[in-house]
Amino acid sequence: MLEARDLTCVRAERVVFAGLGFRLSAGEALLVTGPNGSGKSSLLRLLAGLLPRAAGQVLWHGTAIDDDLAAYRTGVHYLGHLDAAKPALTVAQNLAFWAGLHGVAAERVMPALASFGLDGLASLPARFLSAGQRRRLALARLAAIPASLWLLDEPTIALDRENVRASEAAIARHRAQGGLAVVSSNVAIALPDAHGLDLADFAGRGIAWPDDEAVP
Amino acid sequence: MNGFWLVVGRDLALARRQGGESGLALLFFVLGTVLFPLGIGPETQMLARAGAGLLWIMALLAVLLSLERLFQTDFEDGSLDLLIMAPLAASLTVLAKCLAHWLATGLPMVVTAPLLAIMLAMDPAGLGALTLAMLLATPTLSLIGAIGAALTVGARRGGVLLTLLVLPLYIPVLIFGAGAVEASVAGPGAKGHFMILGALLLMAATLAPPAAAAALRHALE
Amino acid sequence: MLHRFANPARFLRIARWVVPWSASLGLVSGAAGLYLGLAGSPADYQQGDTVRIMYVHVPAAWMALAAYATMALASAVALIWKHPLADLIAKSTAPIGATFTAIALITGALWGQPTWGTWWVWDARLTSVLILLFLYVGYLALWNAFDDPTRAARAAAVLALVGVVNLPIIKFSVDWWNTLHQPASVLKIGGPTIHPAMLTPLLLMALAFLCYFITLLLLRVRGELAARKLRALQAARAEG
Repeated sequence: MLEARDLTCVRAERVVFAGLGFRLSAGEALLVTGPNGSGKSSLLRLLAGLLPRAAGQVLWHGTAIDDDLAAYRTGVHYLGHLDAAKPALTVAQNLAFWAGLHGVAAERVMPALASFGLDGLASLPARFLSAGQRRRLALARLAAIPASLWLLDEPTIALDRENVRASEAAIARHRAQGGLAVVSSNVAIALPDAHGLDLADFAGRGIAWPDDEAVP
Repeated sequence: MNGFWLVVGRDLALARRQGGESGLALLFFVLGTVLFPLGIGPETQMLARAGAGLLWIMALLAVLLSLERLFQTDFEDGSLDLLIMAPLAASLTVLAKCLAHWLATGLPMVVTAPLLAIMLAMDPAGLGALTLAMLLATPTLSLIGAIGAALTVGARRGGVLLTLLVLPLYIPVLIFGAGAVEASVAGPGAKGHFMILGALLLMAATLAPPAAAAALRHALE
Repeated sequence: MLHRFANPARFLRIARWVVPWSASLGLVSGAAGLYLGLAGSPADYQQGDTVRIMYVHVPAAWMALAAYATMALASAVALIWKHPLADLIAKSTAPIGATFTAIALITGALWGQPTWGTWWVWDARLTSVLILLFLYVGYLALWNAFDDPTRAARAAAVLALVGVVNLPIIKFSVDWWNTLHQPASVLKIGGPTIHPAMLTPLLLMALAFLCYFITLLLLRVRGELAARKLRALQAARAEG
């Protein structure tokens, strides 16, 4: 179970959002929307423990994630805007590295690639991939490495309709197995029964001092 | 520990396949050294006197040149986020990347340095000391440089800035590295120098990875 | 304790109270030190009147180190408690420390010319101070290398701490490399060997430099706070 309480995010001295909270149980999904600059990416990085929180708490199964950030992260997938593909390595090598780093057996690599239609390109250096294919390689990481919480930042960007459906299916399978997903997207994505979170409702203003002086 | 070697292997594979950077650093080391006689004259006495210091300075600069990309490419393509989130502790990831960097750039320089020293008419008595000192000191250069590389991730003009930050920290290595060669040529032996270079390496291996890891975490914020 | 001063409004109140006092004390001790140093103290039996450069050179060199220590301490506080005021203090210290370092180097060269017959010698202490200047310059350059002030603050703080760990190692290496400078004579074990008539103006000048440092630091932090407020107002305007 993932719970956020009273989250405040400060970037470059500006309050991006404040007082944000939500609660997700097993199998549930949260769809994060909001205008540009409203902090969708920041929220996901904050939930991944990559960004510090200016205020508030993130609880994973009732304990604060900072108590044991390393343990929390082993159960988390973070998919950012960038695809983390090394152009000089082959498609299979790229995925096998991340799988190995997470202690996942090499046998899981090919089926994961296949689930996003990349099995035919496995031995091709990633430099020849199109933007959509690179995105699918990043998505294949979700299929290869088990994790109970998925944090997906615009997962379907650059994908064609068929692969949008493939990623929706992957998220649905993940949820059916009791997984949680936080997805930010400004394009239509099918997440049945997902909770919605519009960041425009939590927009912060001005600058934050840690103490009482309110500016402006 | 498996993850550690995976990172080492990946960085080495990238260095080999992208070919460029580590090979370029070695080329810079050779070319820069070869330019010196053209600048200060070919008199063997002068070259023999200046040779050790010159090789060391070129080694520092060549390592610096290759350090700029140590974390920058991983930062730019999003790999750094995943590396920091991976089960392998961030300071071990840094240590693995430093090891790979040293194998790809430092080690070839250690092998090349005696050849260049002969071209610079260095006393043969100093060749062994030069090689051993370089073997002990080049990993330190990678480790200290990793702090600078982590601090300048995402910075404007990162390369120049990296040089400015790291060169002052390289001074002890330069002093004892060049001193080792001088001491073994002059006679008294360089045992003390090697021990200090070894101590510097141990200190860098324990302190630099956590410092660089902290800098990387802040870089992703 | 820490957070009592960490609040910017409270800090500004304290600064407003301290600045006139530190400025006046600095002026008085500086005037007294200069008078005693230039007129009321004997010339050195070897160096003649040249020795009077010491009354600027030595306090500047002390303050160059003290400023670095302040910067490192503020950086540690900033990293541990993540307080922006400590970042601003560290940032404000650097240019002052760099200037003290430059003054120490320039007066050292002016002193070296008549004493050693050359503007610059590769002596251990001169070289260490020159390296200290480079550390300051690197620190300042790092602050200016990022668009996001928070990111710059974190990187600069880590660098300041790395520098403070490395300073003794660099100092040791350089000392080992070469020693030609006269040995330290004030802080030597067994009490100072410097003549009291010279020690009094030296300590007065050191006090004056310290007061100058504190005054300037508080004024600079005030300026940084104002700049931050300005950025906030601009950001608010961009939001409409």
